[in-house]
Amino acid sequence: MDDALLIDIEKARPPLRARLEIPLDAAPITVLFGESGAGKTTLLRLIAGLDRPDQGSIRFRGEVWDGLSPQERRIGFLFQEHALFPHLSVRRNIAHGVRGRDQRVAEVARLVRVDELLDRKPAELSGGQRQRVALARALAPSPRLLLLDEPLSALDAPSRAELQIELRRVLEQQKIPAIVVTHDRVEALALGDRLAVLTAGEVRQFGRVAEVFASPSDAAVARVVGTENVAPALILKRAEGLATISIGSVELVALDPGGAENDAFACIRAEDVLLEPPGPGETSARNELPGVVITVTPEGPLVRVVLDCGFRLVALVTRRSADRFRLAPGRNVAALIKAPSVRLVPRVR
Amino acid sequence: MDASALRLSLELAALTTVGLLVLGIPLAQWLATTAFRGKVIAETIVSMPLVLPPTVLGYYLLVAFGNRSPLGQAWIRLTGHPLAFSFAGLLVASLLYSLPFAVQPFAASLSRVDKRLVEASWSLGVSRLATFFEITLPLAAPGIVAGAVLTFAHTLGEFGVVLMVGGNLPGETRTLSIAIFDSVEKLDYASANATALFLLVVSFAVLLVTHVLRQSVWTTRS
Repeated sequence: MDDALLIDIEKARPPLRARLEIPLDAAPITVLFGESGAGKTTLLRLIAGLDRPDQGSIRFRGEVWDGLSPQERRIGFLFQEHALFPHLSVRRNIAHGVRGRDQRVAEVARLVRVDELLDRKPAELSGGQRQRVALARALAPSPRLLLLDEPLSALDAPSRAELQIELRRVLEQQKIPAIVVTHDRVEALALGDRLAVLTAGEVRQFGRVAEVFASPSDAAVARVVGTENVAPALILKRAEGLATISIGSVELVALDPGGAENDAFACIRAEDVLLEPPGPGETSARNELPGVVITVTPEGPLVRVVLDCGFRLVALVTRRSADRFRLAPGRNVAALIKAPSVRLVPRVR
Repeated sequence: MDASALRLSLELAALTTVGLLVLGIPLAQWLATTAFRGKVIAETIVSMPLVLPPTVLGYYLLVAFGNRSPLGQAWIRLTGHPLAFSFAGLLVASLLYSLPFAVQPFAASLSRVDKRLVEASWSLGVSRLATFFEITLPLAAPGIVAGAVLTFAHTLGEFGVVLMVGGNLPGETRTLSIAIFDSVEKLDYASANATALFLLVVSFAVLLVTHVLRQSVWTTRS
């Protein structure tokens, strides 16, 4: 494929094997997801040309990248701790890759909203501001591909939530395909269009974010992505700290995540889904969803039940309650989910 | 105090410092970044003058500079003068003798520069050379200055190598430390005293500057 990043590389130290075809079309953000030590950063450095693979090849839109220096690849790289040049002002940090193009510096500074900070030194910035400056610096030379290594991990939780939204907005606006390394589920959901799951130096699954979370290809991937239901949701209204959302045609109540975005991923841990026999619906803060059992799979002391509630919902229940309700495919049940158990991760569409 | 000895010492120290900045920084950068296994041999050779008696280094240089050695002969053919007992010979000897005083602080500060800053610059499309001059070198500046100051002071005070290679020719190889030795031999204690005090004060000032610089490195790091 011409409009894609083709990766087929191997490296012995640290061990890594990656075969990936990342489309660079309309869905521009790919997340490399996995636990620490899974090889995410190694893969990112290989794509950047900062390290060399033992064998294999990387092709970007048909251009062979093997043997090209990082300079020749024309990429942007965001380091985990931002790696701003401490002896240079914000202005000169951003200008480093675009000599003498003051207009471009002003342009990207405005874009990520650091135009007030141009004369400061990195030591005088907050974590969130440093992150913005690092992003502006990487964007300034108009890279063909942006590589981000745990871009938000050095930040405190409030600035992280704010920057997740903003980072995605900027990347979408700039139409620059990006590859983001993270071990954080929320970050993966907030930023990614596609998700590649790495375990032990190997890419195990690659697909749309919601798909990978909903149907892990094997046990190793399932362990990494967690036992979570992830569904695209729309926030319909907000009141008193609660948000009414719709997943497909189903309405649920969740905690309001704040912010102004109306698009989100709704995450529900399978352990937090209670099953009951269908009955007259009670109207409380909890969500009661009528559904039909699709599959029932024993998992050790628990049973994994896949339901169709208008969307696909996975529940983990004890064997005893599975037996009590005689759970079997085709049976009607009610799924109960408390509002605080529905976690919303807002994202820019 | 012997004015021509002072001028000679300052000239020698300044040229040695400049020479070691030009030659020592690339060598130090190589030592700081190479993965080459034989690097430890290179490091050992560089630090040899720290432990070698100056007379040993001076002796070998004298042999190498001599009129019968290929180097000595080539120098005579090139300039018409012998290299031994000349200012040029003294300069070469000083460059070698002060090598560790320059290269070790250079290499230490260059290797402390965060590799990610260098990689960040590369990934912005900036060449390796430009990255070295704009990122690596400014960040290593305190160590570079410390090395240069130490080189200057060390050259100002060197004695054994100078005596072996240069002898005691006024205006050509007679440096301050030689002048002191000469004064004492002639029982001219007043002159020896003045020169010695001058070198003492200069050494103190130079070391004070390096210590202050080193401390400012610490405080900017924490």
